[in-house]
Amino acid sequence: MSEDFNNNKTIQAQSSEAISGGGSGVGVDADYVRPAEVADQDLYHGHSFITKWIFCQDAKVIGVQYFLLATFTGIIGLILSWLMRLQLGFPGLAPFMTAEHYYQFVTMHGMIMVVYFLTALFLGGFGNYLIPLMVGARDMVFPYLNMVSFWSFFVAVGVLLASFFVPGGPTGSGWTLYPPQAILEGTPGSGWGIMLMCISLILFVAGFTMGGLNYLITILQARTRGMTLMRMPLTVWGIFTATVLAMLAFPALLVGALMMSLDNVLGTSFFMPTILKAGEVLEYGGGSPILFQHLFWFFGHPEVYIVALPAFGIVSDLISVHARKNIFGYRMMVWAIVGIGALSFFVWAHHMYVSGMNPWFGFFFATTTLIIAVPTAMKVYNWILTLWRGNIRLNTVMLWCLGFIVTFVNGGITGIFLGNVSVDVPLSDTYFVIAHFHMVMGIAPLMVIMGAVYHWFPLVSGRFLSEKLGKWHFWLTFLGAYSIYFPMHYLGFIGVPRRYFEMYDSPYVTSAVGMNEFISIAAFIVGAAQFILIYNIIKTLKTGKPAGHNPWQACSLEWLTPTVPPEHGNWGDRLPTVHRWAYDYSVPGAKEDFITQTTPPSEVAGSKVEKT
Amino acid sequence: MHVGIIFFLVILGSVLFHIFTPWYWTDVASNWGGMDDTITLTFWIGGGVFIAVCLFMIYCVFKFSYKKDRIAEYKPEDKKLEKILTWATTLGVAALLAPGLIIWNQYVNVPKNAIEIDVMAWQWGWQYRLPGEDGKLGTTKVVNINDDNPFGINLDDPFGNDDVMIQSDVINLENNRPVKILLRSVDVLHNWYVPQFRAKMDAVPGIVTFYWFEPNKTGEFEVLCAEYCGVGHYAMRGGVEVQDKQDYDNWLQEQETFSDLIAKQKILENEKTKLAKK
Repeated sequence: MSEDFNNNKTIQAQSSEAISGGGSGVGVDADYVRPAEVADQDLYHGHSFITKWIFCQDAKVIGVQYFLLATFTGIIGLILSWLMRLQLGFPGLAPFMTAEHYYQFVTMHGMIMVVYFLTALFLGGFGNYLIPLMVGARDMVFPYLNMVSFWSFFVAVGVLLASFFVPGGPTGSGWTLYPPQAILEGTPGSGWGIMLMCISLILFVAGFTMGGLNYLITILQARTRGMTLMRMPLTVWGIFTATVLAMLAFPALLVGALMMSLDNVLGTSFFMPTILKAGEVLEYGGGSPILFQHLFWFFGHPEVYIVALPAFGIVSDLISVHARKNIFGYRMMVWAIVGIGALSFFVWAHHMYVSGMNPWFGFFFATTTLIIAVPTAMKVYNWILTLWRGNIRLNTVMLWCLGFIVTFVNGGITGIFLGNVSVDVPLSDTYFVIAHFHMVMGIAPLMVIMGAVYHWFPLVSGRFLSEKLGKWHFWLTFLGAYSIYFPMHYLGFIGVPRRYFEMYDSPYVTSAVGMNEFISIAAFIVGAAQFILIYNIIKTLKTGKPAGHNPWQACSLEWLTPTVPPEHGNWGDRLPTVHRWAYDYSVPGAKEDFITQTTPPSEVAGSKVEKT
Repeated sequence: MHVGIIFFLVILGSVLFHIFTPWYWTDVASNWGGMDDTITLTFWIGGGVFIAVCLFMIYCVFKFSYKKDRIAEYKPEDKKLEKILTWATTLGVAALLAPGLIIWNQYVNVPKNAIEIDVMAWQWGWQYRLPGEDGKLGTTKVVNINDDNPFGINLDDPFGNDDVMIQSDVINLENNRPVKILLRSVDVLHNWYVPQFRAKMDAVPGIVTFYWFEPNKTGEFEVLCAEYCGVGHYAMRGGVEVQDKQDYDNWLQEQETFSDLIAKQKILENEKTKLAKK
């Protein structure tokens, strides 16, 4: 591949550029960037259809593959949510909605959306596409491993979906898979279903580890010249920190799934105490169900931030680009991401206040949980302070960002209710919890995903998505989702418990029948609205307006590739050289309202740049 | 300018919904009114922050939306402002945390005069056991459970003999007397939850968990299982009847003790053997 990129010459060429570069006004030193320390990466170029598009080693294609497969799984999750809402809003309307099916759909919806949709989409999808482009690398450092990562994910999804077709159907143990019920009769799918779920999760974690190592090492080792850590876009910071969390958190899930499989198949008793079932004492004894909960939430809480941190990073970049203003308090934002990531490992048991663990833990975990609210609040302040005195383009991308701020702050505040141990007691296991986490880690990250799709689609395809369809998509989704989850908190106040197939005539909830119908109808509409995006994408690919080079006038590297969409290897003959951070928007004295990261100081001599 | 207006209506709608909602919590029927107060406090502070952030955002949307000749401000950082915001947030968070922890301290410290109640859960039902005259519950084991010993009481434990056994999913409680709920399960996780009492805790097989409350309203309440326990979870209901002392004592006297049950079993067996001999 050296004929493509001329590896041997690259180091020399770049060093000499640094010396001879620079121009009038500013001295040579100002433009100096340290020379590269290693030679350019050798890439495998596929030539056949299969090596180019299927078993492909190009991170961009892998990113799109991840995106498409995650979206496909997400649509299944969406359909399952429709079926659940059908039962909750209009019980008895669909004869196939038995309690067994209801609980199976609840479980699969939860697991799909959290792991196979959001995690895969943010890290596998956006991570793969954006990391090499944003840090100025030709590809991920281990392209082959990256390919295997996607195909492991593919098999994991296959195994997961296969559980719909095995005897007993998929597991209906709730997405938390709590034993003992997960592997006992009395829960649907307690044989095959839970087994396949565990296998699928193990495959997912294995595949994800391959991808995750790639993201981390690419960010740490393959940044281009001049791209210091504190010049990276916040998207990269968010994905980087989320990946570190995933590397540390997923093993807990892996061993949990493994141990439960052993309990299920070999009859070990990791999580199984003495159990009396249908008048007979089972051959288990001495295990602890709470141990599983600790393992699960040691994964599960960082998992929330594995989804949230990339969303934080991406939304920071989108707001900055479309408000034509640098992200306010960049360093604070970086440290907030890192701080939230670190703290997220010390809060897991706030999911377990009423689990029967030693109640004295409550003091510790309530304190750590509320501490995490501080850096999170700082991020929110910095987003809205970025809008302050900006020059805000109210396009579709910005609308999704604004929708994100509203839903995220709403969901964050309800998190303070649930994190604050004694306030959690009446609210835990009620619809308040459902409303909270859907708002904060369902809708809010979804808003970012959608914003990111509208933002980066011109890069991926070279065409603009339709703004008109985009606005319909946004308003239906935002207003619809808000009217699903905002009133749902009040069901929780009444005390309606989660995971109830039917409420019968409980005195608390007869008044809530109307609300349940309303929520269900809103859910049908919001779900259907997502197909506007699919239509928009298909239409745009055929007849969309060409975007051209750097259509949003952004500063960051991914828009500065020689070709749009970027080709394999990203940068043509020579890697870019970075001279500044990714946020030099509206710099006083500069000709345009943005200065790209590759612009050397000598070219914008008159501008009053504060940070580089 | 539609955008700002719609967002403003969303915020206004949220506030109005909160004020006029017909869906709100049930009247508290226990000593845990403090939890409601903390929720209300969190609502005021949190809701205030939510409204303030959103209104600020909406203001920015109105005031700074795109104009070709406008140049955005260039100000990467403002350390003073960031410091003020950090400390203000920390203070607000501490103000919410403190009452939460104070109430939790009450929650985990059970008053000495609380009557202990053994709540036994299984897929899918409840039954209850009260201490007899000795004021102590006998110890139990899952393996002891059978038709003659529905609670699995250890037969060699003298405290178990006078235990009052309520093989029904409805239990009566004495008004204004604290109860310590001792939860156990013979199979999977459950959670004995009465919305009006606010309190809850999981029942975990293998261990005994607890929580306490003091009912302060007489009447009947529905018990819901609040921890997913399999396909019958939604149907796992029970009941509580809170009574004044007089009524409660009358009810208690009618209940059967463990020794009553054993005696009854013995009579039955004797009759059986007599019949067999004949």
